Amino acid sequence: MAFIDRGARSFLLWELLSGMALSFSYMFKKPVTVNYPYEKGPLSPRFRGEHALRRYANGEERCIACKLCEAVCPALAITIEAEPRDDGSRRTTRYDIDMTKCIYCGLCQEACPVDAIVEGPNFEFATETREELFYNKEKLLSNGDRWEYEIAQNLLADAPYR
Amino acid sequence: MANFLTDYLIPFAWILGGIILTVACLMGGMAYLTLFERKVLAKIQLRIGPNIVGPFGLLQPIADGLKLLTKETIIPSGANRAVFILAPMMTFILALTAWAVIPFNQYMVLANINVGVLFLFAISSLGVYGIIMAGWASNSKYAFLGSLRAAAQMVSYEVSMGLVLVTVLLCAGSLNLSQIVLAQSHGWFGVSWLPGWYVLPLAPMAVVFFVSGLAETNRSPFDLVEGESELVGGYFVEYSSMTFALFYLGEYMNMILVSAMTSILFLGGWLPPLNIEILNSPYLGPIWFVLKTIFVLFCFIWVRGSFPRFRYDQLMRLGWKIFLPLSLGYLLLVAFVLVYMGWLPKVA
Repeated sequence: MAFIDRGARSFLLWELLSGMALSFSYMFKKPVTVNYPYEKGPLSPRFRGEHALRRYANGEERCIACKLCEAVCPALAITIEAEPRDDGSRRTTRYDIDMTKCIYCGLCQEACPVDAIVEGPNFEFATETREELFYNKEKLLSNGDRWEYEIAQNLLADAPYR
Repeated sequence: MANFLTDYLIPFAWILGGIILTVACLMGGMAYLTLFERKVLAKIQLRIGPNIVGPFGLLQPIADGLKLLTKETIIPSGANRAVFILAPMMTFILALTAWAVIPFNQYMVLANINVGVLFLFAISSLGVYGIIMAGWASNSKYAFLGSLRAAAQMVSYEVSMGLVLVTVLLCAGSLNLSQIVLAQSHGWFGVSWLPGWYVLPLAPMAVVFFVSGLAETNRSPFDLVEGESELVGGYFVEYSSMTFALFYLGEYMNMILVSAMTSILFLGGWLPPLNIEILNSPYLGPIWFVLKTIFVLFCFIWVRGSFPRFRYDQLMRLGWKIFLPLSLGYLLLVAFVLVYMGWLPKVA
């Protein structure tokens, strides 16, 4: 019987036709496509995207040049130089991140005692030249200004789990 | 002089117009077949498919064509230049030539010759040459292996395809494609409005023909000629720009041709689905024909969306060990039934 069953199945193309019926039924399902540049998928509050240097509400930059991020960075992407400012506070004179070296591990934002360096939700920062990816302090601060609201919201959402 | 005008010039102009119209329609159909394929595959895979260029991506074929036109034609330094250029032209021209004998309705056929089936068969066999030439002239091992595979595959499946054709010829009693379609015009069991298409009595043969057509046009699941994972791009791996486009278009043209052949031989060509007076108008003929062809083309794409690629030995086994005995046996059965029942067609 098994022989007849198998023979009938292969000669009546049963397996093939049931497979084709399945793929035909898929034509009437809703596409799962996210139409990317126009639609975007959800991002976790912990998403580690482009870096930003944050400021306090009064406009003072948070970074105190402790260089913990530079020390912890496994890819050696961060370079910091610091000296005391005129008012006696310790600030960076140079804060560079080489985004081509960065591995987006997030250790810098874990290390930061004042939540100054963070990885924001932005992942669309592709450039046409390599040089544009060597971020300096000015670029990072402007990122911070631009993404401050989203970053603050994300930190707030993630706070209970830290 | 008037004689020259009426005897030669006007028929010539008439035929030329028909050729230009056919080729123009085919080019358009081919371009939109690529879009149709991408859309259907996308639907099967729960995607959207091209939707950026024009409404619903309708201008995508034009964008693709422009892209290919503006690219550089690269001829490898080791290549045989003349043959390298000739091969894609040959593939494309042969794919177009075959359309000369395809009837769109009872009157609309460019060359209503009495050996139409033989002509089609000869032309589709010649298609192997374009591939072999491309593989050899490219002077690349990938292209060469791809072309060898293609040639062996096409030759193998032509055998069973030929036997299927003989079965149809036995039933129709003619090599003329128009006559073959007309032989399918009378219904079944004395009911005249039933479609008397050969797909019903010759169902196994229709399946063999369709699957052989898949193999003949190197379509998935028999597309191991251009099996991306092992042979890069197959025989046209060295081609770029317009030479590549000609191969690509030739492949789609062959697909349309095999679909048209399937609809003529088994689905009753231009005959309406129900043989009643309103649907039987000669003006509707080409529409039925095109609809049937599109249905077969959809099946081509549907199969591509459903099945994984065959292994090469499985392909050869299917061709020689299953299709050949099957079509031969069915041919004998049909011949026996026709003779025993006295149903042999009267040859005029």
